Amino acid sequence: MTTMQRLLQLPVNAVNMVKTVQSQVQGQEEDKSPVLSPDNGQQTWYSALQPDELRHLRSGGTGGGGGGGGDQEERGFQEDGGGGGSGGGSFQSQPLRHDDLKEMLDSNKDSLKLEAMKRIVAMIARGKNASDLFPAVVKNVACKNIEVKKLVYVYLVRYAEEQQDLALLSISTFQRGLKDPNQLIRASALRVLSSIRVTIIVPIMMLAIKEAASDMSPYVRKTAAHAIPKLYSLDPEQKDQLIEVIEKLLADKTTLVAGSVVMAFEEVCPERIDLIHKNYRKLCNLLIDVEEWGQVVIINMLTRYARTQFLNPNINESLLEEGGGGEKTFYGSDEDEDEDDEEKEKEKKVEAAAMAKRKPYVMDPDHRLLLRNTKPLLQSRNAAVVMAVAQLYFHLAPKAEVGVIAKALVRLLRSHSEVQYVVLQNVATMTIKRRGMFEPYLKSFYIRSTDPTQIKILKLEVLTNLANETNISTILREFQTYIKSMDKDFVAATIQAIGRCATNIGEVRDTCLNGLVQLLSNRDELVVAESVVVIKKLLQMQPEKHSDIIKHMAKLTDNIQVPMARASILWLIGEYCEHVPKIAPDVLRKMAKSFTNEEDIVKLQILNLAAKLYLTNSKQTKLLTQYVLNLAKYDQNYDIRDRARFIRQLIVPTEKSGALSKYAKKLFLALKPAPVLESPFKDRDHFQLGSLSHLLNAKAGGYQELPDWPETAPDPSVRNVEVPEWTKCSSREKRKEKKVEKPFYSDSEGESGPTESADSESDSASGSESGSGSEGSGTGSESEESEEASVSEEEDEEEEKKTKKRESKKPVQESESEQSSEEEDRKRERKSKQRKSESESESDEEEDSESDSSQSESEDSESEAEIKKKKKAAESKPPSKPVKKDTKKEKKEMSLLDLDDFEPTPSPQVTPVNNLLSNSLVTDLEGLSLSDAVLSPATIAPSSALKSYELLHRITGEGLSVEYCFSRQPFSPDANMVAVQMHFTNNSTSDTKNLHMEDVKLQSGMRVKDFPEIELLPAGEKATAVMGIDFCDSTQAANFQLCTHTRKFFVSIQPPVGELMRPVFLTENEFKKEQGQLMGMNEIAEKLTLDAKCRNEHAIVQRVTTAANLSRVPCGSDKECSPLVPPPEHPVYRFAGRTVTSGSLVLVTVASREEGAAQLMVNCEKMLIGTMLVKDILLALTQ
Amino acid sequence: MIHSLFLINASGDIFLEKHWKSVVSRSVCDYFFEAQERATEPENVPPVIPTPHHYLISVLRHRIYFVAVIQSEVPPLFVIEFLHRVVDTFQDYFGVCTEAAIKDNVVVVYELLEEMLDNGFPLATESNILKELIKPPTILRTMVNTITGSTNVGEQLPTGQLSVVPWRRTGVKYTNNEAYFDVVEEIDAIIDKSGSTITAEIQGVIDACVKLTGMPDLTLSFMNPRLLDDVSFHPCVRFKRWEAERILSFIPPDGNFRLLSYHVSSQNLVAIPVYVKHNITFREGSSQGRFDLTLGPKQTMGKAVESVLVSSQLPRGVLNANLNPSQGTYTFDPVTKLLTWDVGKINPQKLPSLKGTMNLQAGASKPDENPTINIQFKIQQMAISGLKVNRLDMYGEKYKPFKGIKYMTKAGKFQVRT
Repeated sequence: MTTMQRLLQLPVNAVNMVKTVQSQVQGQEEDKSPVLSPDNGQQTWYSALQPDELRHLRSGGTGGGGGGGGDQEERGFQEDGGGGGSGGGSFQSQPLRHDDLKEMLDSNKDSLKLEAMKRIVAMIARGKNASDLFPAVVKNVACKNIEVKKLVYVYLVRYAEEQQDLALLSISTFQRGLKDPNQLIRASALRVLSSIRVTIIVPIMMLAIKEAASDMSPYVRKTAAHAIPKLYSLDPEQKDQLIEVIEKLLADKTTLVAGSVVMAFEEVCPERIDLIHKNYRKLCNLLIDVEEWGQVVIINMLTRYARTQFLNPNINESLLEEGGGGEKTFYGSDEDEDEDDEEKEKEKKVEAAAMAKRKPYVMDPDHRLLLRNTKPLLQSRNAAVVMAVAQLYFHLAPKAEVGVIAKALVRLLRSHSEVQYVVLQNVATMTIKRRGMFEPYLKSFYIRSTDPTQIKILKLEVLTNLANETNISTILREFQTYIKSMDKDFVAATIQAIGRCATNIGEVRDTCLNGLVQLLSNRDELVVAESVVVIKKLLQMQPEKHSDIIKHMAKLTDNIQVPMARASILWLIGEYCEHVPKIAPDVLRKMAKSFTNEEDIVKLQILNLAAKLYLTNSKQTKLLTQYVLNLAKYDQNYDIRDRARFIRQLIVPTEKSGALSKYAKKLFLALKPAPVLESPFKDRDHFQLGSLSHLLNAKAGGYQELPDWPETAPDPSVRNVEVPEWTKCSSREKRKEKKVEKPFYSDSEGESGPTESADSESDSASGSESGSGSEGSGTGSESEESEEASVSEEEDEEEEKKTKKRESKKPVQESESEQSSEEEDRKRERKSKQRKSESESESDEEEDSESDSSQSESEDSESEAEIKKKKKAAESKPPSKPVKKDTKKEKKEMSLLDLDDFEPTPSPQVTPVNNLLSNSLVTDLEGLSLSDAVLSPATIAPSSALKSYELLHRITGEGLSVEYCFSRQPFSPDANMVAVQMHFTNNSTSDTKNLHMEDVKLQSGMRVKDFPEIELLPAGEKATAVMGIDFCDSTQAANFQLCTHTRKFFVSIQPPVGELMRPVFLTENEFKKEQGQLMGMNEIAEKLTLDAKCRNEHAIVQRVTTAANLSRVPCGSDKECSPLVPPPEHPVYRFAGRTVTSGSLVLVTVASREEGAAQLMVNCEKMLIGTMLVKDILLALTQ
Repeated sequence: MIHSLFLINASGDIFLEKHWKSVVSRSVCDYFFEAQERATEPENVPPVIPTPHHYLISVLRHRIYFVAVIQSEVPPLFVIEFLHRVVDTFQDYFGVCTEAAIKDNVVVVYELLEEMLDNGFPLATESNILKELIKPPTILRTMVNTITGSTNVGEQLPTGQLSVVPWRRTGVKYTNNEAYFDVVEEIDAIIDKSGSTITAEIQGVIDACVKLTGMPDLTLSFMNPRLLDDVSFHPCVRFKRWEAERILSFIPPDGNFRLLSYHVSSQNLVAIPVYVKHNITFREGSSQGRFDLTLGPKQTMGKAVESVLVSSQLPRGVLNANLNPSQGTYTFDPVTKLLTWDVGKINPQKLPSLKGTMNLQAGASKPDENPTINIQFKIQQMAISGLKVNRLDMYGEKYKPFKGIKYMTKAGKFQVRT
């Protein structure tokens, strides 16, 4: 505690201390300024301080960081005392202007302040020093004007580091901001606070970050994630605490936070890969909805993660290759032979390991999940995202699947040249390992004369890598045009590329050589020289075949002036002098003649040539050699003199010469290995592609090595999210939340389930996460060890388990539902309720009776249903109130039973009711109970009281008329669907057969569960069926065709917004708490005058519940409302519900005032729904 | 991630700097200037330059270098893409992205940069969100601001960042509800000496200008979606829907945006709408060269080829050219040796031609390189790939919008080798 206090107090003290200094500065400014400050009280306080004291304070307070501030004061004193003698140099230049700015900043007018701030920001932008204005600017940190404030922030962030003490003045403003009810203000306060690089506030920042990390607003949490690396760079010692925060934020389920927290993870603790396990699947699933920059960071991190956790997917392939080893040697001449050998070595090891286990490779479902979820991002418009996915596939995907990235990468080549540059570098690396991938896109790498040279050279590199026996002719033809380019650097690169093609592909070696030899007659010296160099390298491979080329080149010595080329020719002749025995001495003769005029490298080669000829053909060249050596002896260059001396000693036998001369031949005429012409991009792929380090081919600071595949996979069960009690109960909510987050892409993802069998690995994963959490870890590891087939088996098992569970429920339901006309259900409900209410406390009974009375008041049984719900709520309140945890536990039990079909019920007492409700629906669906016999008027009454809408008029329907209403009962096959009850009436004279629906046209995300086909609807008869529609919380219509055996009718169902929700039970306190979290934009308030008939409680409740499927929140007064206590004068009515699909809370408050005035307030996360709901309820209450 | 940003103009002055973390001295740009000196052409400055303590990643746009300073490992494309996004935003705000425009609006620029990055990590890059935060300057607003002292900073808080549709502003209202879509296709081609096509591809984009009230939900379907070989979407497009039905379904951002860009595979035969007859020769020993160029339309489906502009980089040896265009005007820059010929519209009855002689340096030998000819053109009301929009529907709002679709074909990188 005490340390904490100290931590907290420290900055406060500092603030106080600095405040005095600061205020002194201000005071002096104010003294100077002709305008007196209005703040007189403060000023007297300043003057009470003695100058000595001040000086003391100054030296103590601003000693270290506040150099600028100190200067500032100094100047103030000097100006005061000596009348402005010599300030610092920087101040002298524009002292007037800065005074001017200060004055403007001190003024009361926002416009002046703004103008001053704008000028200051312009100074900062130009890189001018504006630090001396710090005190004047910081005063305005609490300014009301937003733009001034923002600009002050800009200034503060720029200079706070230099003037730490003064910067502390602003901290309290931000601390206040951190507590603001508006999330955006909280976020911006945290953002600026964390951007001020002042070490002293580290504890404050730490606290603020911790607090913000558990803020309910995801935006604030995102800001907290952003603040983590800032704090870390300021004080790395906070690492441990920060990791805790990161761990917490990693568990966050919102897309907004995901990218930022992974970024923080990468900056602070990239080595803590274990933190990812639990969040791995979630990250994979969220990925597509994260903003693009976050995607890049997450994908790069997951690449590393996957490398540590999964097995190499190409193990199998390498085993196969091993089997067909004979083929391999066939390609032995390929450039990557050595590499392959190495690979083989590795493979052998792996193979051995694999053989030991006798287990073929099965891809971990999580590995598959990652690959599948990243693939769509190849379509991103952001080049960085595409590149990130591409590198992920390159490093992680099985060989057969890597190909998909080629198309996307080629697309990026259309982008800006900088993007091209980076992409081509990566493609160049990829083409070495996976040539086949880019072969179809060969032509996309053709070079245009307008490309910048650096792009041309990279494209050339790619083309060279792609060259093989089949396409070499087209590539060479293309190269031929490049050689004629005006860009000589490019031409030189092309010649080298040709050389490489020639070394790599034996078939074209001769053609290339001939082409290059032709180039020797090119007019451009550079071209010729480059060709000579390349030819020299080529000839080294098979010198014996090409003596004529050597002869040709020997002739060139007369013309070529480029030293490098001359040197190359001389080296060639010397090396292969036995192939050109006649010409070689002659060349030496010529060279001897021009020796003195040659460049140094040429001279060295002349010496070489002479030495070699002397050794092979001393008869003809002895004298020449002597002559050359003598010339060299007196050369200006000592290298050449040295070389000459060395050679002479070595080759000319004298009595003094030592043992070495015997080996002269071996020394000079040793067989030299042919140079290997290989790509500079070879082996670059040990760097993670797309990274800066890869681009530079050097490790950049902070680069995380891409780990090698593990030989055996680590335990995959670490990724199973164990579902402890509390998360368990929220697991369903989690799923729903996911849907809220991704209304766009999740059409099939969220609910795909068993239908997408190809992709179902992840489903089993998520299944174990939510459905069968209790045995999750077990099944997870099972899938690992079993073979591929068993993966699907296991899924089946999972499915079976689920269905079994459902089935196990079903019998009960069915048995109960056999006689389930709605009426009977209702009766039973009532009975059960009565039974319950008997057992319940008195107060409850009272309430019961109260609602009973209202029941009797109300004519329509529609409101009865509402009240029933209300009652349900009321019933469950007493147990939930005293111990809240109880309800939670109960909820948990509920979800253990996987009662997906039902809405979570608040208390176990009510479950029977629910069962009954859903039973009726089950039977509805099965079309059993609602035969005509059951459709007694009594049954229809309640539902007809629900507002019915016409779906098909009997005239357009040729006798068939259809009405529908929203039955407001949970749709049992899918809790996310709204149940729509359809009433078919056959008014025609003939029977209608095969009534069913077809061709459903929906907005994305929406789903429909068809009503069961009605096989026969005799003339004059009626039938009812229930269908379910998931409207995705939108009021968009579901369009479909209603088909009979003869006709098809286009119809559409559009839900009123009030039907998109289902009632939930909340206590008043819970309601208020929830409401508090849905402030701001999520709150819509409207004033209204209540309709004259609608001023009593009953009417209001009824109208609201008719307009929207909500349940009333029992208000506090209700509870202790014995009949003696009069109801409050201005009662407040609260209603609560959740949207059906996403489960967002919808809270409605109607507060009545005098004379029918009232205020309606709707709080809903979904603003659209909220707005529409307000309209609807308003209409209902005012009519 | 991104530490600092320096803007450098063509003459090598740093005219703006912005730091997101501690200040990095501008002397770090000396490394950049060194690289710039080494590069012969402005676009040849390497995008990534390592220095002892930092790395400089730069993009060149509108003759301004945007140089980002980074300190540690970061995907280079991440930075490059972000810098381009910055330039796009400036262009969006100021109409042009020139040194003058940036200097005039330095405060807005600073505010934008402040919002776009937090601690070097991108925060808000979506134009709709930024416009909610910081209103773009217009002449009217500048006047009003100077008089009333009001500000460019939006009074509202940036709700867009919180919404599930972060790219769209909330509460959009228009009296005329309009949605325009431009299908623009560019042909990239290399034609060889003999007139045969070496490579030809069609790259297309659909740019949209949507001014619709409320939260409209649009779907756009094509007659022949199979044509699209490779697509990339604006984040608003629902990917699954495209995968399943080949329908573009999206809630559009407000205003101008690029809905998608696509690529029509090179497997499909690409119709080349113009042909070029050329005869550019230099004779050995003579100081004159012949230049003869004729353009003609081909496979244009009856549409006129407009705004034709021919440019060619002539060999260094050419001193000047004496040419005679049958229509349009030509210029030859004797310093850069760049020949441009503004042809205008091609009349199929009377093909445009440019004939004449080129003068070489006396005594210089015949240049052995051949100039390539770059051609630009436009064809209105046609998408060369044959892509057709089938229908555009709106859901979620009640009113009837005005819908418009325009097709255009342009030359992309269209080169003829001679």
